Amino acid sequence: MNGVHDMGGMDGFGKVEPEPNEPMFHQVWESRVLAMVRAMGAAGAFNIDASRFYREALPPHVYLSSSYYKKWLLGLEDLLLDKGYLAKEDVAAGHAVKPAKPLAPGKLSVSDVERTMVRGKFGRAAPAPAKFKAGDRVRARNIHPATHTRLPRYVRGHVGIVERDHGCHVFPDTAANDAGENPQWLYTVVFDGHELWGPDADPTVKISIDAFEPYLEHV
Amino acid sequence: MSEHDHDHHDHHHHDHDHSDLSETELRVRALESILTEKGYIEPAALDAIVQAYETKIGPHNGAQVVARAWSDPAFKTALLEDATKAVGTLGHVSRVGDHLVAVENTPHRHNMVVCTLCSCYPWEMLGLPPVWYKASPYRSRAVKDPRGVLADFGVSVPKETEIRVWDSTAETRFLVLPMRPEGTEGWSEQQLAELVTRDSMIGTGFPRKPGARS
Repeated sequence: MNGVHDMGGMDGFGKVEPEPNEPMFHQVWESRVLAMVRAMGAAGAFNIDASRFYREALPPHVYLSSSYYKKWLLGLEDLLLDKGYLAKEDVAAGHAVKPAKPLAPGKLSVSDVERTMVRGKFGRAAPAPAKFKAGDRVRARNIHPATHTRLPRYVRGHVGIVERDHGCHVFPDTAANDAGENPQWLYTVVFDGHELWGPDADPTVKISIDAFEPYLEHV
Repeated sequence: MSEHDHDHHDHHHHDHDHSDLSETELRVRALESILTEKGYIEPAALDAIVQAYETKIGPHNGAQVVARAWSDPAFKTALLEDATKAVGTLGHVSRVGDHLVAVENTPHRHNMVVCTLCSCYPWEMLGLPPVWYKASPYRSRAVKDPRGVLADFGVSVPKETEIRVWDSTAETRFLVLPMRPEGTEGWSEQQLAELVTRDSMIGTGFPRKPGARS
């Protein structure tokens, strides 16, 4: 979706301000939100793409004015409500009043926590040969899906070079909507700064994205 | 709205912001209670998750990988070829997912990693990302004005050096292999690892110089 989360190239957000000796969490609740998202994901309530989509789908003013973990909290609540794991009545009461919807594989136990600390595997068997190879000139397609996508706006319509292929991966655009893993070839595509930002851009800058095959077309 | 009302409104809003933290806290607690009561989560498992993030992952993992690459040319070659596989051979470093990519800084190229769409970051190598990495200023500007962003960190890269920005738009994760500081000949891996900063592995900083305070 063309949301405010897709902020590559936007102006006006000001300077980057690193915080010296930054703590891992600024509030205890932040750590609980992180853990709940991980635990509910591991329990089977959603995949990582859906969790990203629900954060992106927050209203722009909410997205921009909420702290990172506040966005995680709001996205988690919306997602669980939509998928029926949480009811409005539960939220209003502050405790569970509606029966639980069955969840598979179900509750994450302490002994399984170690397993969740290892990143999931996203590589999949190739359903078809790759359309592109390293060195190919490709154009990022001018597409604007209203649903989840990992093709940032700032490259759409622009021409780059395929640098590397990463094999086939779960396709976030469908996985986020419960429309299946739909594995797609994934490529690193590199763009010149001039191509993306015009003639005034710094000539020494190159930018790459990792692009799924449906995002690309031959030039 | 009269001037007075307006002031009052602003004042009220300000108070509201102050109490917002505890509102959020209450909301988080309520959600945890509901999900626990429904049998979806176990608070002890949440404790264990938080503890694992606090103790098991962090930039010390990435620093060990970098120090090894600085010390062992064969490892460096393997790392740049297939970082997941190479890191997997270091038993003491936590396992990583399938898709780690190491990118090498040279006198000709400086690499910098961002996630413009959210906050993708090599957690196993670097720990949880700092707030600035997840915040709008970095995410918006890194791809358009990387030298300006580096200046915010007090970092300057020679003007003829290529700047390569890696936008983490998929499940691939990028680790910058910084250049080994001069004056470290004969150093042990452990000594070298102490020079490797988190930011040097994101590409927004350099390793410490020998003799600099850590």
